[in-house]
Amino acid sequence: MTQELTGAGIVIKALVDQGVDVVFGYPGGAVLPIYDELFKQNALRHVLVRHEQGAVHAAEGYARSTGKVGVVLVTSGPGATNAVTGLTDALMDSIPVVCLTGQVPTHLIGNDAFQEADTVGITRPCTKHNYLVKDIADLPRVMHEAFYVARSGRPGPVVVDLPKDILQGKGAYPDGIDVERRSYKPQTTPDADRIEQAVALMASAKRPLFYCGGGVINSGPEASALLTEFVRMTGFPCTLTLMGLGAMPASDPHFLGMLGMHGTYEANLAMHDCDVMINIGARFDDRVTGRLTAFSPNSKKIHVDIDPSSINKNVRVDLPVVGDVKLVLEAMIAAWKRTKARPDAAALAEWWRSIEQWRGRDCLRYKNSDKIIKPQYALQRLQAAIGDRDFYVTTEVGQHQMWAAQFLRFEKPNRWMTSGGLGTMGYGLPAAVGVQMAHPDALVVDVAGEASILMNIQEMSTAVQYKLPVKIFILNNQWMGMVRQWQELLHGGRYSESYTESLPDFVKLAEAFGAVGLRAQKPDELDDVIREMIAVKAPVIVDCCVDQTENCFPMIPSGAAHNEMLLGPDDVAKPVSEEGMVLV
Amino acid sequence: MEAIERHTISVLVDNEAGVLARVIGLFSGRGYNIESLTVAEVDMARHLSRITIVTSGTPMIIEQIKAQLGRLVPVHRVSDLTNEGPHLERELALVKVNGTGDKRIESLRIADIFRARVVDSTLESFVFEMTGSPEKLNAFINLMQPLGLVDVSRTGVVAIARGPEAI
Ligand SMILES: Cc1ncc(C[n+]2csc(CCOP(=O)(O)OP(=O)(O)O)c2C)c(N)n1
Ligand SMILES: [Mg+2]
Repeated sequence: MTQELTGAGIVIKALVDQGVDVVFGYPGGAVLPIYDELFKQNALRHVLVRHEQGAVHAAEGYARSTGKVGVVLVTSGPGATNAVTGLTDALMDSIPVVCLTGQVPTHLIGNDAFQEADTVGITRPCTKHNYLVKDIADLPRVMHEAFYVARSGRPGPVVVDLPKDILQGKGAYPDGIDVERRSYKPQTTPDADRIEQAVALMASAKRPLFYCGGGVINSGPEASALLTEFVRMTGFPCTLTLMGLGAMPASDPHFLGMLGMHGTYEANLAMHDCDVMINIGARFDDRVTGRLTAFSPNSKKIHVDIDPSSINKNVRVDLPVVGDVKLVLEAMIAAWKRTKARPDAAALAEWWRSIEQWRGRDCLRYKNSDKIIKPQYALQRLQAAIGDRDFYVTTEVGQHQMWAAQFLRFEKPNRWMTSGGLGTMGYGLPAAVGVQMAHPDALVVDVAGEASILMNIQEMSTAVQYKLPVKIFILNNQWMGMVRQWQELLHGGRYSESYTESLPDFVKLAEAFGAVGLRAQKPDELDDVIREMIAVKAPVIVDCCVDQTENCFPMIPSGAAHNEMLLGPDDVAKPVSEEGMVLV
Repeated sequence: MEAIERHTISVLVDNEAGVLARVIGLFSGRGYNIESLTVAEVDMARHLSRITIVTSGTPMIIEQIKAQLGRLVPVHRVSDLTNEGPHLERELALVKVNGTGDKRIESLRIADIFRARVVDSTLESFVFEMTGSPEKLNAFINLMQPLGLVDVSRTGVVAIARGPEAI
């Protein structure tokens, strides 16, 4: 039955009908009608963040840990502009988010009204799609279409800009809203011929390698289960991107670790030397490929992606397969079984022998100390303390992020939330808030750097208000460590502005927020501090004081190839090429 | 290095607010060339517009441009007329030439050869209207240069495939 509602009422009804249970937001004049409706109902929970960027990252954390669409509600003008970093982050990492922004009333649009910003103009390049609702008759369809667009195909953020007069006007909310657009039809079912060709190519491989990414996670947990099944069935090695960690269990012997700039020796050399590469849901990002002209020079490349524009964007591939990873893997597994594919066992054994040799280099090895906490050791102790418990990790951006990717072990998808594409410092804490909202009883850790954490530290207040026991594990090296590392290796040790002066006392800071603060300064204090951090049923900040000079290895310097990796401090970096120096 | 190619691409889109900004933003944001771009509604009942873009790039870039266009939510179809076989390209120009005496007569004579029509006239000026391929328009405009050319307005290319197939 069609109902007559206010615009704000339509917004709330559409959210409830979409199965939304939590909204991350911050009020303001333009969205007061929505806040008024929120006040009158109980179906939706609202989490009051302390900065709109935090709202978007929280929604991302929620989305990545549940597979559902994350929802944000912010006001016009500064509310919307504050959300821009989060939206860009969600776009780069293909995270489904719907962000509702208030707008000045339609008759004032374009007049430089108070708190007016051209939100659809500003967010056009940082959303998958956006809408400005100028007629209340469009509102129900736009709301539902926004969710459909955000979650279907390659997921991404969608903005719905809502002028205040639309929110206050009255309109119909019809039954059965059709969100199918004539124009937007993502291809999910792969082409059957391509599947046959892909499987035939795989069966002919002598040095095969699976290279899989966030697309597997986005396709849902079944896709990860299928990937694991397929990897084991074929006996091929598999590496995962930063975004893909957890898509197959880290404990599986077929898993070679993460690849790319700070990936493992075995993963990167396998990429360089493979003869058939099976890319599933990864996008040949520059952090992964290194110097393009030297990237995996002798391989035939299969590329599975739901987004046709990812194919042949950076790397020319031999066999593109457009489709949803889950459906593609189902089809590939069926074809593999049906054709009774038997790859050359002797060649495969030889390939694994090379890989085991590379593995033998133990590339993540570091020199431990009993006087000073090494950041890698801190993460190993964290992993040990977690044991078999289910846990969720978010990170900030920097060395600590790469060490977390290298040293923490993800057995399941949707457990690892990090800002990959945009590399947003300040992501981890609000993302952890979002994860903990979705999983109230789970262990949620934000592995942080002391510089990054200050970028959205205000969200401590949110964590305390909603009794979200997030654990902020700061690997405090007193430096913007990743910046310092580049300056050391690439800029002659001129440490320009990378020392983090005047840091707060993080223990007192935690206490000031009403949270718990802990500190570890010596290796032998670590285990107790970590144990207490996990045990406390409240938000915790751990100030883990680590070696200030430690660098993150292995490292492929910008502009270098996979086989030109630096394995440790004793590997002297070759002077980086001019092309390399201009790279980020 | 792959050779740079010029392609004419037709894009059928929902005629809704912001759609042109999305297309233009895509080109500027990703650093693609636009040689010309035209847009107008072509199906009033279904509110569809047709955008004709002339662009240039390596084959890999041209493929990227098409894939990126295809990804925009209001885009129905992307058709690479250059790849899909013979097609027609037309452009309209309005060309203002000021002059008197011999130059004025010469401009009229050339306009006649090019089948340009006089659509406005004063004692010291003409406005010619001319339709044709961009190359033909260029040739005409170049010839008008020494004869008192003062103003040109061009529509950019519209294009359509030859034969019975529709986009
Ligand atoms: C918002 C933002 N600004 C700047 C950067 C550039 N950046 C990358 S890592 C880094 C340093 C991070 O320092 P910290 O959080 O202490 O982490 P560490 O590398 O020391 O582990 C900076 C400044 C960024 N990624 N994001
Ligand atoms: Mg630091």
